[in-house]
Amino acid sequence: MTTILLIEQVLNGLQFGVMLFLMAAGLTLIFGVMGLINLAHGSLYMVGAFAAAAVAGATGSFILALIASLVAAAAAGAIVELVVIRRLYDRDHLDQVLATFALILIFSEGTRWLFGSFPLFLDIPPALSGPVTLPGGIEYPLYRLVIIGVGLFIALGLFQLIARTRIGIRIRAGESDREMIAALGVDISKLYTLVFALGAGLAGLAGALVGAIQSVQVGMGEPVLILAFVVIVIGGIGSIRGALVGALLVGLTDTLGGVLLPGVFATFMEPSAATAVGSSLASMSIYILMAAVLLFKPTGLYGSA
Amino acid sequence: MTRGFLINLVLFAMLPVTALTALMLDEPFIITLTTKVAILALAGVGLNIALGLGGLVSLGHAAFFGIGGYAMGILAHHAQTFTPILENPLLIEGTKSMPVIWLVAVLTGALAALAIGALSLRTSGVYFIMITLAFGQMLYYFAISWPAYGGEDGLSIYVRNGFPGLNTLDPIQFFAITFVVLALVLGGAGRFAASPFGLALSAARQNPERVETVGLSPYRLRLLAFVISGAVTALAGALFADLNRFVSPTMLSWHMSGEIMIFVILGGVGRLFGPVAGAALFILLEHILGGLSDFWHVYLGLLLLLVVLFARGGMIGALAGRQVAHD
Repeated sequence: MTTILLIEQVLNGLQFGVMLFLMAAGLTLIFGVMGLINLAHGSLYMVGAFAAAAVAGATGSFILALIASLVAAAAAGAIVELVVIRRLYDRDHLDQVLATFALILIFSEGTRWLFGSFPLFLDIPPALSGPVTLPGGIEYPLYRLVIIGVGLFIALGLFQLIARTRIGIRIRAGESDREMIAALGVDISKLYTLVFALGAGLAGLAGALVGAIQSVQVGMGEPVLILAFVVIVIGGIGSIRGALVGALLVGLTDTLGGVLLPGVFATFMEPSAATAVGSSLASMSIYILMAAVLLFKPTGLYGSA
Repeated sequence: MTRGFLINLVLFAMLPVTALTALMLDEPFIITLTTKVAILALAGVGLNIALGLGGLVSLGHAAFFGIGGYAMGILAHHAQTFTPILENPLLIEGTKSMPVIWLVAVLTGALAALAIGALSLRTSGVYFIMITLAFGQMLYYFAISWPAYGGEDGLSIYVRNGFPGLNTLDPIQFFAITFVVLALVLGGAGRFAASPFGLALSAARQNPERVETVGLSPYRLRLLAFVISGAVTALAGALFADLNRFVSPTMLSWHMSGEIMIFVILGGVGRLFGPVAGAALFILLEHILGGLSDFWHVYLGLLLLLVVLFARGGMIGALAGRQVAHD
């Protein structure tokens, strides 16, 4: 294991973690503010990726594609909130799980209907493709660095939004006392739609950014959704800071586990067996991390009961 | 009571009546479809013990379903390749005998449920949902990345496993086996719900503080319920794998968990025969809608959405004329 490879993998882990944060932030915000568990969040990620691929295919502009992903996912989120989700706030989690599971079926098959079963491809713009040389002589893809930068920038913006702006104050107030903020004259249902659309837009943007690295296909949101759940369980539901810490932890564990674990086992096992054990343990490593965190803190790292 | 009882009776009779009618009309495919309903209903009955009685929204029950499936797959695989599962420290051979496979499936399902439940039940509410989901996914990825038993491709069994005195390859005889198992488990689940333990579990769902005051531990009640629930679902998984003569990681995926939950909700949460109604309706829909459109999941999703939003209490709830929401 060379140092260069290790640094590359750490960067890959960071990039993955930052993308997970964009997913998890929306999920945890929606849960924290509205008490709603939204399984269909992965579908909004998919909507963003498909919107970006469609617009990039039609116009050839990556910037327009990113804007389209944000707008399409936020719009889809707002519509879903208005039509379905707002009927679920007062229901128990079971109903929310089922209704949003139904939404996944509708979104996935609807997208398959519109775009067909074959994956679409979203190209990295020429200006961002190719490697850059980092200090120390490490060659690393520029696009992935840009993703890390964009993700951290959005994270910062989100913290500012929640901590400093009037909307942020209302969101936080809605988290702690819904009746009281409604009594103070804030239009709570408009606020909820807004928060939902914001979370959806972030997921859609993540979908578009990742869509340029992987292929854009139906069902792409579900593995990410489950990882995002792991992230917010580790970080503590409702906490944006927890989502960031959890996302980076999960991203790094997942990426480094896949690289390091087979090597670790190879030190005392046969190579073929070490690869098998190492890779299956690596694929489970984040769940083991989650179980370990919950053993000590049942409500996650930054969660309150 | 009377109307609900009647509906249950009709539902229960529906399975053998359909199978026997299909036998007379010489439609083996319909018999197999009915068998599938009985097995999926069994998985739902398992989940319903945790979900309906215990109020434990487990989104990871595919884990137990898949464990049952793999118990059958691994035992039969070793039996048909004549390789022992384990030589040291003691020799364990594969087997093609259904009762032995069921026993192994139930035990491993129960053990897995004990481990997963012991960890997951430390949390509650939405954490519990997500943790069970995550554990399910953990096993799913484990099955995918473990090459010894087929990895992503799964395991095929060439000949269905045997049951003493019966020819399991004959559709109606295999149906009879699954139906009797379902009937026995339904009977057991009914007795269980009415037993002091079942009542205490129900009480722990409705008012855990009061149960604790009486001196019972809600954690233990729930854990035991979760173990029983996992064991029953694992049994269903073993039968399901036998029906298809195939087991793959798909059985462990969270879509499967969602589907098992759909059986329970479509039929009616906490109702003994809810899963039977739900599984029958689901397979019927899959068949009718699947014939109409390649994209039948859209219609299924819409229907599910309508049931959740407007027909609380599920199918049996609507038919029984009393809109009781689950709590």
